[in-house]
Amino acid sequence: MQRGTAALLRCARFLGELQPRRISSLETARCFSGAAMQAQPSAPEGYDGTAELKRMNLFTAVNDALHIALDTDPNSYIFGEDVSFGGVFRCTTGLAERFGRHRVFNTPLCEQGIIGFGIGLAAMGSRAIAEIQFADYIFPAFDQIVNEAAKCRYRSGNQFDCGGLTIRTPYGAVGHGGHYHSQSPEAFFTHVPGLKVVVPRSPSKAKGLLLASIRDRNPTVFFEPKGLYRMAVEEVPIGDYETELGRAEVLREGSDVTVVGWGAQMLVLERACDAVEKEGVSCELIDLQTLLPWDVDTVAASVSKTGRLVISHEAPITSGFGAEIAAKIAERSFLKLEAPVARVCGLDTPFPLVFEPFYLPTESKVADAIMHTVSF
Amino acid sequence: MPVAGAMLRCGLPLLSRVGGGGRVLSWPDALLARSWSGQAEQHSPAQDDKPIPVDIPVPFLAHNCDPPPQHTETSGEELFRFFRVMNVMRRMEIASDLLYKQGHIRGFCHLYDGQEAVAVGMEAALTWEDPLITAYREHCNYLGRGATVTQVVAELLGRQAGCSRGKGGSMHMYHLDHHYYGGNGIVGTPPPLGTGLAYALQYLKKPNVAVAMYGDGSANQGQVAEAMNMAALWKLPIVYVVENNHFGMGTSEARASAHHGFYDRVGYIPGIKVDGMSVFAVKVAVAHAKEWCLAGRGPILLEMDTYRYHGHSMSDPGSTYRTRDEIQGVRRERDPIDLVHKLITKEGLATAEELKALAKECRAEVDAAVKESEASPEPEEAELFTHVYRADTGVEMFGADRHASRLQRN
Repeated sequence: MQRGTAALLRCARFLGELQPRRISSLETARCFSGAAMQAQPSAPEGYDGTAELKRMNLFTAVNDALHIALDTDPNSYIFGEDVSFGGVFRCTTGLAERFGRHRVFNTPLCEQGIIGFGIGLAAMGSRAIAEIQFADYIFPAFDQIVNEAAKCRYRSGNQFDCGGLTIRTPYGAVGHGGHYHSQSPEAFFTHVPGLKVVVPRSPSKAKGLLLASIRDRNPTVFFEPKGLYRMAVEEVPIGDYETELGRAEVLREGSDVTVVGWGAQMLVLERACDAVEKEGVSCELIDLQTLLPWDVDTVAASVSKTGRLVISHEAPITSGFGAEIAAKIAERSFLKLEAPVARVCGLDTPFPLVFEPFYLPTESKVADAIMHTVSF
Repeated sequence: MPVAGAMLRCGLPLLSRVGGGGRVLSWPDALLARSWSGQAEQHSPAQDDKPIPVDIPVPFLAHNCDPPPQHTETSGEELFRFFRVMNVMRRMEIASDLLYKQGHIRGFCHLYDGQEAVAVGMEAALTWEDPLITAYREHCNYLGRGATVTQVVAELLGRQAGCSRGKGGSMHMYHLDHHYYGGNGIVGTPPPLGTGLAYALQYLKKPNVAVAMYGDGSANQGQVAEAMNMAALWKLPIVYVVENNHFGMGTSEARASAHHGFYDRVGYIPGIKVDGMSVFAVKVAVAHAKEWCLAGRGPILLEMDTYRYHGHSMSDPGSTYRTRDEIQGVRRERDPIDLVHKLITKEGLATAEELKALAKECRAEVDAAVKESEASPEPEEAELFTHVYRADTGVEMFGADRHASRLQRN
């Protein structure tokens, strides 16, 4: 879909005329199959088949986006713990060498300081790309993000803003991360008007969404699925492109149930959909991509068609972002629902160490929930 | 007891050792209670109680206070104890390294070898009524608090015999009776928590100090400054110990901190820089600090100049930001176990062969503990839901979907 059309659509929605979202054939061809680690060519928005593709994993794609971001805007900076040598996940490789240590630099170990500093830098009109080494460490910075970054524009009557601030942080289970290297804190940030929250599922999405987040004029928290940094490999277009924020993507069309997720969980959901397809259940799989603001219309349109909804995320179930989706869809699509909205999520416990396999919303738990929902 | 007598003759300041009724658990007592120290009686040569003077060649640097004396006294008994415990610590860390590489220990594992003198020297000057809290490089601190190697290794392996029932892992080991408050994965948290512990000690008029440890990397966390201000404002009995091993992960202290040095960072809190590779220097400094606090003079900061041989964690080879020559050099010149070894042989208390045999025993102890840990079962699945809240709180917690729920009962 061209950007112009999308903008028109938004206007139309705002005026109350709901348009069903047209799904292009290009998008239906797209299928995230990180399981095989050999994804089919996955192209971004507006891919016309002419751009050259390069095999990249997720950290390489993020790195590529950061190179492009700094190349296209001389007033942009990347900073955080250990970013200079390339970062603990190799996302910032080569940047300090290419753009200099005044634009790509290490900070001391002080998250609150890092984000506060980033807000100030952004308030001066710069693009401040801050890295928080693990999402588990973002909490000292929570005050700065919630009380300063999110409210900057509002409280100054639009005189000031820190829209140039982007906070990148690896999130999610990695197999052995335990309490403090596995958390998915995205829900905390979706509760803050003024922020945007974005979660890519794959290398090509990571590159496009990150460039869009960096260039968006609102402070954005960008959660990168650390479990997929090496594991997800895809043909990613070289060159500069953005994937639109605030828009969900339908990965596969289906008629029996709508399945919604984001980030690394998409891999699990894909497998679950494959599993239930053998039982004759046709799933429509949606990746939200942006959690704040989230694409209500796409999900609602899908639920209108299927009448059933299953949401899944790694974060604990109580007050996870799935709760917001469930409430909103119950509000919007009540008469269309044939079954209660189901959520398959992490448990209401701290993220455990040895118990990780029990804690996570695995393929079988999701498949189970799908089967329950369709036979309600 | 002859052991306690030896302790007093070691030149430690005469501290009030009587806690709130009952026997103060000090390190030597607990050691004798443990099975492997019993073996020490059998195999090691005659332990002399005669005081042995020890020089502390690296000068203490003091900021806004008087430094402790550059000498102390030890005894044969203490030297053998130091030698044994440090060897067990060293062997335990090396065994953990191997278990990790074999894939039996998973998650994060931060090894302490090289820094043993800090843990050991500190405990020699404290009692287990002095609460201790530290960061994630804590296996040896926990051992020094009277734990067994099995409790450490089983926890690393995630087994029921582990100190936190396998639920905490490497960074979360605790000892209730011996006032060891862990074990923290998030850097910068020990100082504020320790400050709270100290407030309780002061209010309850206990003759004890809190000891909060953190590293050079976490010294730049804001909450550390917040905690220190509170401690100084209220004159709390807390000793802040910075284990300066010169690298926060791969970042050298020079690249992270504007001010070189940690002991003299805070204008209103006195500090002492200590040679952290000498168990004697550490002991003297911590004893001095404890006396300072118990005299009601407020907090004090100790910077331990120490070194870790391993990288930051098991995923860090430790040689990309420092040279192998540097690591070998420290091992050759400043190894904490070697220092004690040299003193024992110099005083004629044992030969090198005898000490080698002793070290071999320690290794055997650790190997036995590893076997015991490996035999321990993994936690039951129900443990996943326990201890989120206090027992009988009746909070309902949900499983993967809202159909499965547990009430916090146990």
